Amino acid sequence: MNTSALIIMLTTVLFVTGFTGYFFWKVLRTPPSPESDADVENDTSGDSSYLTS
Amino acid sequence: MSKQKEAWGSRVGLILAMAGNAVGMANFLRFPVQAVQNGGGAFMIPYLVCFLVIGIPLLWIEWAIGRFGGKYGHHTTPLAMDKMHRSRIWKYVGVFGIWTNIAIAAYYCYLESWTLSYVVHSVSGSFVGLDQEGVAQFFNEYVNLGVSTLGIPLEPIVFFVICLLLNTYILSKGLAGGIERVAKVGVPLLILFGIFLAIQGVTLKAGENGAINDSAVGLNFLWTPNYDDLWSPGVWMAAAGQIFFTLSVGMGTVHCYAAYVRAKDDIALSAMSAGWMNEFVEVVLGSFIVIPISIGYLGIERVTDLVQLGGLGLGFKTLPYLFFQWGETLGAISCLMFFGLLFFAGITSSLAMGTPWMSFLQDEFDWKRKPAAWTFGLITFVLGMPTVLFFRYGVFDEYDYWAGTVALVVFALLESILFAWVFGMKKGWQELTAGADIKVPGIYKFIIKFVTPILLLWVFIGSLFTPKNGDWAAAFSGHWELDNSSIIKKLMNSGLKEQLSLATDPAQMQLIENQIAFGNAARLLLAAVFVVLAVLVYIAYKRNLRKETTPV
Repeated sequence: MNTSALIIMLTTVLFVTGFTGYFFWKVLRTPPSPESDADVENDTSGDSSYLTS
Repeated sequence: MSKQKEAWGSRVGLILAMAGNAVGMANFLRFPVQAVQNGGGAFMIPYLVCFLVIGIPLLWIEWAIGRFGGKYGHHTTPLAMDKMHRSRIWKYVGVFGIWTNIAIAAYYCYLESWTLSYVVHSVSGSFVGLDQEGVAQFFNEYVNLGVSTLGIPLEPIVFFVICLLLNTYILSKGLAGGIERVAKVGVPLLILFGIFLAIQGVTLKAGENGAINDSAVGLNFLWTPNYDDLWSPGVWMAAAGQIFFTLSVGMGTVHCYAAYVRAKDDIALSAMSAGWMNEFVEVVLGSFIVIPISIGYLGIERVTDLVQLGGLGLGFKTLPYLFFQWGETLGAISCLMFFGLLFFAGITSSLAMGTPWMSFLQDEFDWKRKPAAWTFGLITFVLGMPTVLFFRYGVFDEYDYWAGTVALVVFALLESILFAWVFGMKKGWQELTAGADIKVPGIYKFIIKFVTPILLLWVFIGSLFTPKNGDWAAAFSGHWELDNSSIIKKLMNSGLKEQLSLATDPAQMQLIENQIAFGNAARLLLAAVFVVLAVLVYIAYKRNLRKETTPV
């Protein structure tokens, strides 16, 4: 591959993969928010099964 | 308050469903073609800039509107938008959030059925021994309802119906039991298949299995930057357009899925995670499959011709032939994986398209989930059949243009104005950041309020008045002649009328006349569906008013 194509390709791939991994890792690491009474009242879905991640 | 009992089973499930909604066939077929046609590697600059200033803001806006509507028991855009401002017009703007999905699903499920059919044909050996012209002929006969290789009469219709039944069945199982379960299997499988094919794509060697080029030639073709193209507004328009297609924004599906998130739960991080996951599939996997493999076997000149036909032509008319260059077994496996990957990408998107209509019936008319799912299947069948039967008269393209292209830009523009200017940035920002698991950068207040709406307006105006041959320099210097691809000229059928005036063959003239007639009929049909939905929204609104004023 020529150098400019290689630089653009690697930069883009690393940039996108890095952010994808970072945000997904953050989702996995963030504990589920506790369900308060106010949540239930405000939660029209009326289901508490949104807690597990 | 709604009687809804629907909910996501887990946060990861929600993110995978959202990513599955966004990841579609365009990630693999449209993106690489757009990149090749718009500056190669340099396309990534406007593309990523548009992702940051149009894509991410729109994702946040749509997640926020969705969760806001969900608090009031409205999981679809018409009544959710109505709650955002006292003006009664917004609920009709919100009709786009249901209409677009139904109209797109009508032709998208047909497209999805091609991938299912190609999976079966890959396994049954229909492509073995066919050259590239043979595969192209196979596709042309298929869409023209010609000879059935499997011996099934009207095979495309059978696969279309199977696809609709599959979608309807999964939708009838609900969010957690149907959509989320499919996303949890489909998205990881899609990524695995994609990685396998991408490895095949980047390890091609000239002289092996009939390849004429190393994979480096294809990667050079795709990634070598042509920085001159960066100054062309057409390239930026193409980048902005690709962001719409790839993120499934401006449709109403994101709002609907987000409406089932609890009021105090995060949306900012979830939106980012789902959005970036889509980008990974598109940029990292999408760029290493179609173009490197095509150029490896067909060479640059041939692929340059083929990309003019668009990604669909390249994918369905060419790739099976290329895969079978690797031998019968590996060819069949690769073919199965590629079209299986497209099928998973397709079904996770079409399921999302079915959800707004179902939620609308459930929320506003107290329908049960199963009958609501069946009405979606039925409507999609009725609206989709013209695209199957009159494919050669351009009905498929007509749906794609008005519902899958123009409507997305219009709706995205209007919702960004509603969110930032009508609802107000202060309330909007509170809505977006409530319960957020990340700190949303403050610069996005400015971007959401000014940059995104202005860019969307520019994209819309640019599409409405596209200058001839995309020559913006000539347009800005005072010679603004409209291109036949502009919305105005499309509406007037100018391109087809030009072709008709030049045609001399009676059969050709008849075909073009039919294309004009069927195109106009398709538009009327789509407009009629919009009007019917607007009437239903009005009835739902009145029902809600009565409920609110009736003492309990």
